Amino acid sequence: MEFLKKYPKTFQWLFLLIVFFALCFAIDVPETYKFIRGQAEFVKDPNQSSYVFLGKEVRYYAFDVFWRLPPLLGWLPIWINDSLFFLMNEWMPIEVWNEDTQEFKSRPIVLQISRNLTAFMTFLIELIREILLGGLETIVAFTSWDWIDKNPWAELPGLPWTIVAAGAALLSYKLSGKGLALFAGLTMVYISLFGQWKPSMQTLSFILVAAPLSFIFGLGLGIAAFKSKRVEKALYPILLVMQTMPQYAVLVPALVLFGVGDHAAVIITMVVAIPPMILLTLLGLRAVPPEVIEAGRMSGCNNFQLMFKVLIPTARRDILIGVNQVIMVCFSMAVISAFIGAKGLGFNLLLALNQLNIGLALEAGLCISLIAILLDKMSLAWANKQTDYFGNLTFYQRNKNLLFFGVIFVVGIILAYIGTFLFKDTFNYLFEIPHNKGISTADFWNKGVDWIFETFFVYIKAFNTWLIQDVLQPMRALYLRMPAIATIVLVVGAGYLIGGLRSALVVCALTLFIAFSPWWDRALVTAYMATFGVVVSCIIGFTVGTLCFQNKHSANFMLGVCDIFQTFPSFVYLIPVMMLFGITDTSVLIAVIVYATIPATRYTIEGLRSVPSGLHDAATMSGVNKFQRLTKIEFPLAFPHMMLGINQTIVFALFMVIIGAFIGTEDLGQYILKALSDKKGAGIGLTLGICVAFIALIFDNLIRAYVQKRKKHLGID
Amino acid sequence: MSEPVIKCENVYKIFGANAQKMLQDSNGNVDAKVFQENGCIVGVNNASFEVAKGEMLVVMGLSGSGKSTLLRCISRLTDATGGKIFIEGQDLLQLNNKDLIDLRRNKMGMVFQSFALLPHKTVVENIAFPLQIKGIKTEDSINKAMDMVKLVGLEGRENYFPRELSGGQQQRVGIARSLAVEPDIWFLDEPFSALDPLIRKEMQDEFLRLQDKLQKTIMFITHDFDEALKLADRIAIMKDGIIEQLDTPANIVLNPATEYVRKFTEEVPREKVLLIKDVMDTSKDNLGDLKVSKNEIIENVAEKILTQEKIVAVVDNNNEIIGSINPTKIINTVFGGRKNNN
Repeated sequence: MEFLKKYPKTFQWLFLLIVFFALCFAIDVPETYKFIRGQAEFVKDPNQSSYVFLGKEVRYYAFDVFWRLPPLLGWLPIWINDSLFFLMNEWMPIEVWNEDTQEFKSRPIVLQISRNLTAFMTFLIELIREILLGGLETIVAFTSWDWIDKNPWAELPGLPWTIVAAGAALLSYKLSGKGLALFAGLTMVYISLFGQWKPSMQTLSFILVAAPLSFIFGLGLGIAAFKSKRVEKALYPILLVMQTMPQYAVLVPALVLFGVGDHAAVIITMVVAIPPMILLTLLGLRAVPPEVIEAGRMSGCNNFQLMFKVLIPTARRDILIGVNQVIMVCFSMAVISAFIGAKGLGFNLLLALNQLNIGLALEAGLCISLIAILLDKMSLAWANKQTDYFGNLTFYQRNKNLLFFGVIFVVGIILAYIGTFLFKDTFNYLFEIPHNKGISTADFWNKGVDWIFETFFVYIKAFNTWLIQDVLQPMRALYLRMPAIATIVLVVGAGYLIGGLRSALVVCALTLFIAFSPWWDRALVTAYMATFGVVVSCIIGFTVGTLCFQNKHSANFMLGVCDIFQTFPSFVYLIPVMMLFGITDTSVLIAVIVYATIPATRYTIEGLRSVPSGLHDAATMSGVNKFQRLTKIEFPLAFPHMMLGINQTIVFALFMVIIGAFIGTEDLGQYILKALSDKKGAGIGLTLGICVAFIALIFDNLIRAYVQKRKKHLGID
Repeated sequence: MSEPVIKCENVYKIFGANAQKMLQDSNGNVDAKVFQENGCIVGVNNASFEVAKGEMLVVMGLSGSGKSTLLRCISRLTDATGGKIFIEGQDLLQLNNKDLIDLRRNKMGMVFQSFALLPHKTVVENIAFPLQIKGIKTEDSINKAMDMVKLVGLEGRENYFPRELSGGQQQRVGIARSLAVEPDIWFLDEPFSALDPLIRKEMQDEFLRLQDKLQKTIMFITHDFDEALKLADRIAIMKDGIIEQLDTPANIVLNPATEYVRKFTEEVPREKVLLIKDVMDTSKDNLGDLKVSKNEIIENVAEKILTQEKIVAVVDNNNEIIGSINPTKIINTVFGGRKNNN
């Protein structure tokens, strides 16, 4: 009893756990309960109950409410679907002039807007694509098909790959220097030689549209939120949900609104990429010291100058992280949006994965990753670029790079021309190396995979079986065995103990949403996979981070590695694990672990670094050894920051679990994937996405509340 | 006398939701405690003063005394809650945004405690910043900025970034930036407080040298009484938003108006602060041969005077006798004042 009096919190937690377990044991599993029972699915079954809401019939299997809550929100996806349908097809028709038939036509306004938007996006993408690859769509957009038939010379020929490669190297040289130029050149040559030129340029054109647009809108909205409290308050909840919503889930509504193709992919990429940009812009602007703002005002800045010459440049660091995020999301989406018909590397990657051609997938994945790293580094270098005022430059010096590019252009064209003679009977390799006609190492990798499989099959199999049978299956069973009411009590209780009443209410609302949705069981499976991934990731991340922290160089090296890994599109992680473990839950989980270890490691190192050096010295002078210093000083102080890392780890893990549905798991992701091919999938996809986002937000809320309290307690901020 | 450059009449600055209304209800009698109970914090309480052309007014006060708030009211970085502020006869609070920006672009310069340099710009770009904001061509602004770099002695470092400079050097950049547009009015908000004592002294001397050359109208904020004495033409001592005393350094040392002010003056070495003219008598009888200038600091001439048996004559700049000083007066001033206080 003494003990409990001394630590009242421990007592409260114990009490909560006792209640939880008591509930778990008190509530029996209903005899009719089967995992795959298809709540709210469209199969009709005499055992199902049903209710009618807003004229929609929702069918479900009824259980004891303590065991599983009824899917009261089952009408939500249907309602979303109908609303979307209504918006697209019936709401507010306007008269539109039709060029072809020369008459007015009535069309719903949303449809018209979405058509115009997609037309605009298509134009932008095609423009860049045709500069890089050639084509005639852009010319046609300004003239007509008839005109191009009469003037076939006007078709854009596209740039020879040599010009693009040398141009990229030159631009990198101008932005940063020799190192980046070399990297750019090698990347482009690699892409070309390995026959990935066309899909790469398609992806690039997609990104060159999506990334700048996302940046501009994100920055603009961030500024608006900074200027007006009301805008911020309106944006904040949307941002939170969007940040934690798996990218898969947004695809389905986009499909309905914007159709299939690159344009829809660009729009949906913007939807996903803008929220982090907004948040980071806001964060950066908030952190600008008030005296700098005053200095700007006293220099006579008007509001516009203050924003663009003082605030934004001063907040550059955070805004750059935003740019980095935008690029990351864009590449990640470049793959995922292949599901809704975006062309390019992503499509090839998915195709290769589908055919289990790991070698091809690896090559495409490598291309995407290389371009991602290149663009990331180039944007960083661009933002850090300096102007030189003092050199008395001659015309030649000032326009050196432009002149060089001119030379490159001419040389490239001459080379391409020579190529027409050299490779008369085959493809003109100096102009463009066609897809899959370059060097390919795919066979090598495939053989490698086969070899690994044959050689280590026994071990891999044994590991696989052990993991699935002895760890994953029991864990899954445990999660599914939790009665709904017990889970809710546990989560809400934790919310109350950590963050007080407010936190408890928020968490309760989020949990109830999932519990009332038709996919509670699937959500539990998602949670189990994510938990497993997060726990392992955190153990690895903390260990690696702590070890690397012991030495300054290794810490910097590790942060660099994290940077690069983070730039890889999430889908790429699936390739190597599929090489090793084939199509199993193990593969997904290992991808989850690898992906989610990145933030865990990064935040551990950063957290440990944030411990003030004065404390180090104080500890050393108190005579602690390295281990004591770590456990007594550094860990407790770095812990709040490390917890934020766990937060990120959870989001990353959930994303990967959802993407893992591509390999075939039983979680929410599987349903999102199904919704993609379902005509009425938009509502389901969106609701599922919200469910996943809410899982992340529950943990987000708890962790943030804890970190805030702890930071206050420690007096650090 | 010509028009004062800065003129404040009953300036109030009160933070809080219903500050305006409470100020109106109080009829000018603001009691900080009453306001605080109602959720308002009084920053500046009924400040009235004038600053003449070429004069340096030092506002001295401890942290939270409202000195920085007062400065921000006068530069209109915050709007005063009540009262009137005139800059060269213009009613500052009536200016619209455009006129205010014009005023800042042409007439005002400000130096900040934390330097407030733009981290992404080099030394010369930082200094040229106000010029470029004004719309001056890049080349001209850079040339002008280079002049300022020379003025503050940072040649050779014009392409450094703020993070590559020491505190003293950063503040030189801040000073150069505030002077780049050649303002008439110069605001300095604790410019040397973040610097080491040695650097601080060096910067103070440098600052006096600059002011000697430029003759700006200055409002200088500090929490360091010695600094105030060293630099000021007049000192305003603030406490809880109220100006306790506004006078010349000598008068503040000799005749502190309130108990609060007296505490500051106690430890001040008077011989270093007071001039002969502050302590001389006006009688011109029984003078000896020695003559001292009225503008000498006592410390510099004390030895000479004390070795005289006769009364020493005090002369002005034209070498005409305007008064006298008795050696015992020196002893009284330097040592006597303190005894009285005990």
